[in-house]
Amino acid sequence: MATALKLKELSKREERLAPGHRLCAGCAAPTIVRQVLLAIDEPVIVATATGCLEVSTTIYPYTAWRIPWIHNAFENAASTLSGIETMYRSLVKQGKMKERDIKFVAFGGDGGTYDIGIQALSGALERGHRLLYICYDNQAYMNTGIQRSGATPHGAWTTTSPAGKVIPGKPQYRKDLTAIVAAHGIPYVAQASPHRWRDLMQKVRKGVAAEGPAFIDVLSSCNRGWRHPTNMTMEVLRLAVDTCFWPLYEVERGEWKLTYRPKEKLPIEEFLKPQGRFRHLFKEENKHIIEELQAEVDRRWEALLKRTGKA
Amino acid sequence: MGRYMALDGNSATAEAMRQINPDVLAAYPITPQTSIVQTFSEFVADGLVDTEFITVESEHSAMSACIGASAAGGRVMTATSSAGLAFMWEVLYVAASTRLPIVMPVVNRALSAPINIHCDHSDSMGARDAGWIQLFSENAQEAYDNTIQAVRIAEREEVRLPVMVMSDGFITSHAVERVEIEEDEAVKRFIGPFQPTYPLLDIDNPVTYGPLDFYDFYMEHKKQQAEAIKRAKEMVIEVGEEFGKTFGRPYGLLEGYRLEDAEVAVAVLSSTAGTARGVVDDLRGRGIKAGLLKPRCFRPFPSQEIVEALRDKAVVGVMDRSDSFGALGGPLFMEICAALQVQGVRTRVVDYIFGLGGRDTTPDQIESVFCDLLQIAETDKIERLVNWLGVREGKQEVVTAA
Repeated sequence: MATALKLKELSKREERLAPGHRLCAGCAAPTIVRQVLLAIDEPVIVATATGCLEVSTTIYPYTAWRIPWIHNAFENAASTLSGIETMYRSLVKQGKMKERDIKFVAFGGDGGTYDIGIQALSGALERGHRLLYICYDNQAYMNTGIQRSGATPHGAWTTTSPAGKVIPGKPQYRKDLTAIVAAHGIPYVAQASPHRWRDLMQKVRKGVAAEGPAFIDVLSSCNRGWRHPTNMTMEVLRLAVDTCFWPLYEVERGEWKLTYRPKEKLPIEEFLKPQGRFRHLFKEENKHIIEELQAEVDRRWEALLKRTGKA
Repeated sequence: MGRYMALDGNSATAEAMRQINPDVLAAYPITPQTSIVQTFSEFVADGLVDTEFITVESEHSAMSACIGASAAGGRVMTATSSAGLAFMWEVLYVAASTRLPIVMPVVNRALSAPINIHCDHSDSMGARDAGWIQLFSENAQEAYDNTIQAVRIAEREEVRLPVMVMSDGFITSHAVERVEIEEDEAVKRFIGPFQPTYPLLDIDNPVTYGPLDFYDFYMEHKKQQAEAIKRAKEMVIEVGEEFGKTFGRPYGLLEGYRLEDAEVAVAVLSSTAGTARGVVDDLRGRGIKAGLLKPRCFRPFPSQEIVEALRDKAVVGVMDRSDSFGALGGPLFMEICAALQVQGVRTRVVDYIFGLGGRDTTPDQIESVFCDLLQIAETDKIERLVNWLGVREGKQEVVTAA
């Protein structure tokens, strides 16, 4: 019997990511990792792309990982994990190792997943390895000091898309990676947020139970880059979901399904307001960018409703 | 007893890989390596090997998957050439620094630009500081033998480092030769079973691979790595001797041909050594004391042994199948010069850059090198330290079809 997704039950389980790691106060990444690992009752092997999560949890001679863990490089968590998963299959097939229901999980940030790692990810998905790839998407290269990525929203300030006099923040719109991954036709794809932890953990369970690759794109706030107080992390993530900027849905064997629909779709300003990275958008001359952002959120939301049969 | 077969270099290498029967192979096609993975795919498809073949989407992922698979705890191989090796560059260092005994045949090919699919050594020379053991093969037989020995060398407890096995693109990879293929069982016995160290798949004893390692520990780890590849020299010798006892073809760090009493010598890697051997015989027939040095192991570099082999020569011509742009000369030249200098040996050394992008190297050209060496010996004057062999100087007229 799988552990019930109840706080009382889950709190009895040993954490697989030990406390004492050096991620920032208010960072959503360790919350996401703990939710993912608590959702899985089986043994887990983890591969992590270069990034905050990797550098802050394994400062030699210490490690916060109580399970087998590997970091190879920035762009290759998916291919590295595909090697581990394949070695497992090979050794079991040859009788060199006892069969165990090991789950293979990769963690990568948006830089390592949307951008530099998309080729390795796409290849691993196409080859059909039995693995779960978790992207913790904080919408910029935070580890190197808040540079824009393919996941950074339109208009956002970052250190490489500064809010200048001529160019006020990132000119481009963010890449819809979840849909790109879904186009691979793999068994399970989802979007999640740690503030709805049960939804996230249920998705993880579906992901590791899938007969093939699974991918979950999880929105993760970085208060250093998003510029909000450290105690507002979950609130900002809630606003991302309630404005439909970050819809929660899943694609199970090609079937698109919303897993949460806000009672009232809040205007995008609600998500933007608490964050310093969008502050410049509220100046009179930049307000058109908020309108553009709202239009894009609406367009993507409508398209998602159509795909999920809710339009 | 082995059996003789007519095989090209890539087929011989693929035969060695079939007999090694790695647990995982991750590879990507690139000319002139392609026929290795193509042949191996047939072994997989026909159930002749137990190997799981990961058909990756790039060489970067090939090496990345090899790293994951090797750390998981099993025997792992790949193969590549040229741009493929260059694309792996970042993770070549990860493989070596994580001390993973991956074996990789490298079929040597020029690097772009301009794009060229033919042989030179710029690919593996570009990777010479990545921490891999590098063995160069003269012909198909050596490609086969070196691939088998590489597994033993890589997996030695004192070493635990990856090994590249080089052969010359097209010249060796695609030319059919007589190759002695040993019995499957004999090869299996020679390489022995894989002994995993700290496997990721040992769920009950979790380990962390690839942590963040700063100024407080990084240098100690690098020192251990430097010592491991130094130790590899003895293992290359031991495994080469044992291979000789088992199969009748002994190997060392280098090979000399009519070198002992030679006054002038050429040093060259891989297939060109075969051509040079014929030139040496020809010159000896004319009373000229010519000799040949063929280094087999380039990393670790057998400095001491090379100094001993060249100590009493009047002049040595090093032939480099790649340049190190902006450096004193080609990579082999610089290594040999440095080795002689630190030992206080005054042997004169000149460099010949040759055969780039598959340019043919004829016996006449090698003979001209020996003529230069004799002249230097006589006059004690070096006119040009670095020479380009068989290159047309000046502006070339390009004739295009009308």
